[in-house]
Amino acid sequence: MSAHGRTIADYEMVVGLEVHVQLLTRTKAFCSCSSAYGAAPNANTCPVCLALPGALPVLNEEAVRLAVLAAHALEATVNETSIFARKNYFYPDLPKGYQISQFDKPLAEHGKLVIGTNADGTPITVRITRVHMEEDAGKSVHDRYAGVTAIDLNRSGVPLIEIVSEPDMRSSVEAGAYLRALKQVIEYTGVSDANMEEGSLRVDANVSARLRGETKLGTKTEVKNLNSFSGVERALEVEFARQVEVLASGGTITQQTMLWDANRGEVRPARSKEGSHDYRYFPEPDLPPLQLARAWIDQARVALPELPAAKRTRFATEYNLTPAEIEVLTADVPLAAYFEEVARVDGDAKGAANWVIRDVRQLLNSGATLATLKLRPTSLAQLLTMVRDNTVSHAAATKIFAIASESGDGPLDIAKREGLLQERNENALVGWVDQVLAENPDVAARFRSGDKKLLGVLVGLVMKASKGRADPKAINQLLSARAAAGE
Amino acid sequence: MNAVRDAFERMAEVDAGPTGLNCILWTDEQRALADAAAVEAIPSAGALAGVPFVAKDNIATTHLQTTCGSRILEGYVSPYEATVITRLRDAGAVLVGKTNMDEFAMGSSNEHSAWGPVLNPVDRTRVPGGSSGGSAASVAAGIVRIALGSETGGSVRQPASYCGVVGVKPTYGRVSRFGLVAFASSLDQVGVFGTMVKDAAVALEVIAGRDARDATSADCPVDRYSAAHTNDLKGVVIGKPREYFPKSLDPRIAKLCEDALDALRARGAEVREVSLPHTDLAIPVYYIIAPAEASSNLARFDGVRYGLRVEANGLREMYEATRTRGFGPEVTRRILLGTYVLSAGYYDAYYRKAQEVRTLIAQDFREAFDSGVHLLFTPTTPSVAFEFGAKSDPYEMYLNDIFTATANLAGVPAISVPIGDIEGLPVGGQLIARHFDEQMMFRGAFALEAARAEVS
Amino acid sequence: MAIGADDVRHVAALARLAVPERQIPELVAQLNGILSHMDALGQVKTTGVMAAAGVGDAAMPLRADIGPPIPLARPLESFAPQSRDGFLLVPRLATHESSGDDESVE
Repeated sequence: MSAHGRTIADYEMVVGLEVHVQLLTRTKAFCSCSSAYGAAPNANTCPVCLALPGALPVLNEEAVRLAVLAAHALEATVNETSIFARKNYFYPDLPKGYQISQFDKPLAEHGKLVIGTNADGTPITVRITRVHMEEDAGKSVHDRYAGVTAIDLNRSGVPLIEIVSEPDMRSSVEAGAYLRALKQVIEYTGVSDANMEEGSLRVDANVSARLRGETKLGTKTEVKNLNSFSGVERALEVEFARQVEVLASGGTITQQTMLWDANRGEVRPARSKEGSHDYRYFPEPDLPPLQLARAWIDQARVALPELPAAKRTRFATEYNLTPAEIEVLTADVPLAAYFEEVARVDGDAKGAANWVIRDVRQLLNSGATLATLKLRPTSLAQLLTMVRDNTVSHAAATKIFAIASESGDGPLDIAKREGLLQERNENALVGWVDQVLAENPDVAARFRSGDKKLLGVLVGLVMKASKGRADPKAINQLLSARAAAGE
Repeated sequence: MNAVRDAFERMAEVDAGPTGLNCILWTDEQRALADAAAVEAIPSAGALAGVPFVAKDNIATTHLQTTCGSRILEGYVSPYEATVITRLRDAGAVLVGKTNMDEFAMGSSNEHSAWGPVLNPVDRTRVPGGSSGGSAASVAAGIVRIALGSETGGSVRQPASYCGVVGVKPTYGRVSRFGLVAFASSLDQVGVFGTMVKDAAVALEVIAGRDARDATSADCPVDRYSAAHTNDLKGVVIGKPREYFPKSLDPRIAKLCEDALDALRARGAEVREVSLPHTDLAIPVYYIIAPAEASSNLARFDGVRYGLRVEANGLREMYEATRTRGFGPEVTRRILLGTYVLSAGYYDAYYRKAQEVRTLIAQDFREAFDSGVHLLFTPTTPSVAFEFGAKSDPYEMYLNDIFTATANLAGVPAISVPIGDIEGLPVGGQLIARHFDEQMMFRGAFALEAARAEVS
Repeated sequence: MAIGADDVRHVAALARLAVPERQIPELVAQLNGILSHMDALGQVKTTGVMAAAGVGDAAMPLRADIGPPIPLARPLESFAPQSRDGFLLVPRLATHESSGDDESVE
């Protein structure tokens, strides 16, 4: 309890997120060096990204195309004219002493992302202020050699887009939902791996607190050094609590940068850089304005795949699956495509869903990828069909699945080879039933005199006698018919 | 081969020693002779086969240093070559030296070089002009006939005027800036000096044209400027902007300009008075935009990847020690000024305002040309070469660019051609043309040069 | 607008220039002298005038997403002031606390 008698419940968290996403181009934003990860330090450098005297930037057209695609996926309006700007500051991983970014006229503005649904079914939407293009900085490694910082400029110049949200989020949960939804949408477009652990997606959070009911925004702080989505959520909680404590005891929030320490679960102020953030932005004189024809911008949208929200809606109407099933199947584009192919060929979406959600995903969990999976959708579809029309039993199907995913052979061939085809030949079945009844006279007698519980035992014995090849349903029917007929 | 040998002989005569011109900074005679021999061995070796040239020391070359006249790049040999150098070498030209310059192209007298001043070959007590003083002097002294310089506010035309040679600033975007160490990116262009107009014209033909490595280079066809000879200027209208002929203009310069205009009239040109009303704003506009862009362009000189590093205990200390030791006072002054006009709270009033007024300056030219004028004629500089140390006030020094900076701000092409002298000191006349109309500019220049040849 | 000593110290810090205190007054005077001439710009009406953005209307030319990169005639190690195992080395950042790889704090 504070001097004013206020608790944290009296305050509302207001969050805006700035997300940087690395684009999957072959070369860097402003030079033709490879943008691939993992090369030897400074192997992927040239006069341009080393900022040698006299070098000049030339923009990568694929970076533009991917950035525009991302903007479309976020329903942002792409500007026909946008301008690059220099963001000036000194840091050893920033070779030019400025970053080429966009300031006054970004590539795209006024987008939105649905991050969830309210109880009443209405969508929870976060507005996206802008999407702009910029270049990445290099990497500073502080612990490799004593007393010095080691700089690797391979990453310097890799193209990024920065996605800035409005301060529309009201809780750490919403922030997490935003990030997960954003990551999924970006992955769907294919413009980036959007992997926070690998560094292709980075998050800076802006958070402020205000009394509930207040409409004016409080002073915000910026939280950096966030390494995971759950880390973002935790950091927001911690910083919010800190701000509330300050405010509730009558203090004011200083606008500053805070660093998240995941190990300690703390935020602390970044050591102050005096002169703070005067980036002295001005339009980049080495790059004329970027002009994109409206027709080209609209045409670029054609390359957008069906986005997650639309896919989920379509699955719900087309396939009659549960929301939980849809959630799993639409997690990424390849899995959804795999499922749909199986469902299309076999015809039974529910069955396909079960097998994909359970069995195929189990394969993926042990390291396979859909692209390299030996069991192709058409094969799985064939297997499902075989199960449904009793060509094989469920148990047999499981065995066939395992073999097919190792070998890539067709299920029917495997079933034949392994002797797993269910026997439905009337004579063979009758033969086994007769054999079992003859070999088990006591059981048979009790069964004939009405002990229906023994049906299962007898079916089991027939299955054993047939080495699993008998169709248990057919055996069941036969025995029941015999019993009814008093045999 | 002989031309190259002669260049080195002349260099030895005029450049070195305590009374030398100090226009050549770095040179490699053996390498140059080898290059010349290699060119000779090729049958069809290009438009400038065997022709020796020098390049201003802010143009990247791979076997001679590129220091930009600064300690901060002492010893730096670029690991890549500027496009203009490649094009000249491909045409068979032989690089015989890198020339002295005002540090980072900031200056109008070549008194601000870390490697000492350049002397004007015509009068060694006077400055050659700047910032491309070394290149101008190399041509004036007869070391070479062709030299590369760079222009941001007049740094080729002004020294050309002071040294009595031809100096050309192409249209912005006409020549690749890839490999030209940036001073003010929206103003910089590689320029050429020539003993005669034809020398400059041929050199420009060779280096001009779109370069995929420079996003500001224009996709505009390059004409055969060297063929723009004509004695006939019938139908050509020459504008005389009144703002360049103020009452305060040295009457001797005004007279030489009038003589030059008469010569053009004699060849059939019509001369008309025009007005470029925003001319007097050019210096303030220039001295906001250029230092602003420079402050950003020079941030890369930080001791991390190349050039001078002054060791220190911390990173911040290393930056400061390196840059403070490495940059001279004029560069320091301009970086401070540039940083200030871009800084929070001042950007709108200074930088943005200056860029808006710049649009008005460019509009002046467009309107003049749209009114039926093909060329503008003005004096290149308000004075002849001044004595060393004469201009100690920075702003007074900046006023040397008063007739040249407008063309850089508007991006239009301009040339300075010798039109006479005052007590032996050369005077240049300037012709300015529309964007990408170097052809017309050279036409006028050839005519002026021919007229002078007739007189002498 | 007059520029003062504090302004000069501030922009010097921004520009990573260690201007000695004794030079500050002279710089203040020089910069004020220069800036006083810029006041004329304030008188010029520029409503509706776009800030200049290059010469001509040519749009930005783009580059295909392929290599090869512009080659270096000599490797980085040959001109870098300090390098090791391919890395560039600089004095340890005073403001950083050890936590391994780190992108710009800015």
